[in-house]
Amino acid sequence: MRETFTKGMARNIYYGGGIFFFLVLIGLTVDTVNRLPATDNRENLSEQVIAGKRLWEVNNCIGCHSLLGEGAYFAPELANVYTRFGESTEAIKAFIKYRPVDGVEGRRSMPQFNLTDEELEELAQFLKYVDGIKTARNWPPNIQG
Amino acid sequence: MKYESQGIAKLYFIAAIALFVGQILFGVTMGLQYVMGDFLFPEIPFNVARMVHTNLLIVWLLFGFMGSAYYLVPEEAERELYSPILAKVMFWIFLVAGALTILGYLLVPYARLAELTMNDLLPTMGREFLEQPTITKIGIVIVALAFVFNIGMTILQGRKTVINVVLLTGLVGLAVFFLFSFYNPHNLVLDKYFWWFVVHLWVEGVWELIMASLLAYVLIKVTGVDREVIEKWLYIIIAMALISGLVGTGHHFFWIGTADYWQWFGSIFSALEPIPFFMMTLFAFNVVNKRRRDHPNKAAVLWALGTAVMAFLGAGVWGFLHTLAPVNFYTHGTQITAAHGHMAFYGAYVMVVLTMISYSMPLMRGQKAANVNAQKHEIRSFWIMTLSMVAITLLLTGAGIMQVYLQRYSADPLPFMVVQDRLAHFYWAREVAGLAFLSGLFLYIYSFFAKGPEVADVE
Repeated sequence: MRETFTKGMARNIYYGGGIFFFLVLIGLTVDTVNRLPATDNRENLSEQVIAGKRLWEVNNCIGCHSLLGEGAYFAPELANVYTRFGESTEAIKAFIKYRPVDGVEGRRSMPQFNLTDEELEELAQFLKYVDGIKTARNWPPNIQG
Repeated sequence: MKYESQGIAKLYFIAAIALFVGQILFGVTMGLQYVMGDFLFPEIPFNVARMVHTNLLIVWLLFGFMGSAYYLVPEEAERELYSPILAKVMFWIFLVAGALTILGYLLVPYARLAELTMNDLLPTMGREFLEQPTITKIGIVIVALAFVFNIGMTILQGRKTVINVVLLTGLVGLAVFFLFSFYNPHNLVLDKYFWWFVVHLWVEGVWELIMASLLAYVLIKVTGVDREVIEKWLYIIIAMALISGLVGTGHHFFWIGTADYWQWFGSIFSALEPIPFFMMTLFAFNVVNKRRRDHPNKAAVLWALGTAVMAFLGAGVWGFLHTLAPVNFYTHGTQITAAHGHMAFYGAYVMVVLTMISYSMPLMRGQKAANVNAQKHEIRSFWIMTLSMVAITLLLTGAGIMQVYLQRYSADPLPFMVVQDRLAHFYWAREVAGLAFLSGLFLYIYSFFAKGPEVADVE
């Protein structure tokens, strides 16, 4: 680089730019958090849904599935599974409940998690709540996720 | 090696390479599960294999960063490490905690592991890459703080160079942003939003500071180019990394229930994210071309150039491919993301750690550079691993394009599993490339044991 551009100038751009854009990120974060009530479906965060989120976590569902497009890409997107399953929590519960213990020969299969009926309901309610989150452009693009 | 305490790095590097092997073994396992769904089912289901694959990557890169810092900082600061004992103790704590966590993943169902480690007291488990039990996370914080303290004290009491101060800034950032992993709100949108404060601000933020400073250090050593020139480059590269990458976090906020304006902020700023990586490539080639000496360690020079190029391709180009909101609308959460993730992590972070290992390991073993045969094998392993990773990336990109079309874009979208079946050829070829990568890794390890004439003899 040319001599007119000194190390001191480079350093100032680093500190100035870094600090400035960190503050921008914080500002945008505050604004985003303030706007969340309009989209994040918090009115449906019931005790059941909260318990369902914990079940989602402790069974590592994200290790195969994606949720709002984040996670693994080994198994279907689940942010819209409630819609895909005909808006039926019963269908979601039945799917999880009847997974074969030893899997399906040659195919990907979801493990049998041995959840109680109460837990199945909580997990289904969590997925219903996620389906109610208003995403930009109504992502995912279609019902297949 | 000028200071005795630099030798501690060797311990860290050996552990890093051992865990790297584990990571790749689980990688090829998962690759096979993509096409043979019942492989190792139900003993090691895909989610477990993936957790082991990604967590081992994170842990071994952290070992690599720590080892690199322990090697680099005393030399830059011109004094012994503040506390070599602390560095050794933390090594064993981290290794044992990491090994127990991985064994926990493999030996008991994840829900049982959550119970055993009392996740309910402070629930942090079950989020991608942050699957570690809360107790392990606390352990990581303790190790990170002790490490930053040790490195920080060494620098404070010694010579402060741009390289060691930037490295320290990156390492402090790494420790600080990890604290967001303890925040797990019930509200999924908030949870996801702040989850990225660990994941994005690590890999597209503070880790870039670490990478750039390690690269700058090795380039000074192997080229003999004036420190002033290199430090100017370093500042401007990391300046661009932060200017683009901080607000660039927004490219993760397009479709998770956050404000629409992120589509603009995220697209524009993340579109700038390739710039620091492109500058790193310019920097590396520029400096090597202006070299004042031909360092006998050819392998280290190759790794340094390689990491700059592959980071630009993987993080820069493959990141840009799907970072604009109108594109990402279709590609979000498909194999395109997997393609980008593989080459970016390999190019930027795996390769920079291997650059440091390549440069420092011979010095810690009392040589100027590895012997002629060892370097020949190392260079061959560089090409095998790098080209295999290029193949993996291209194949996953092909799979991703097909997936986007069949599942998201066509007039008659097909269900996820139907589409996955149609991608089987890509996945089989990817598995072959994965096995080739593994063979390259074995050759890399063999290179440390290869006998041959010393480099000085042939110069």
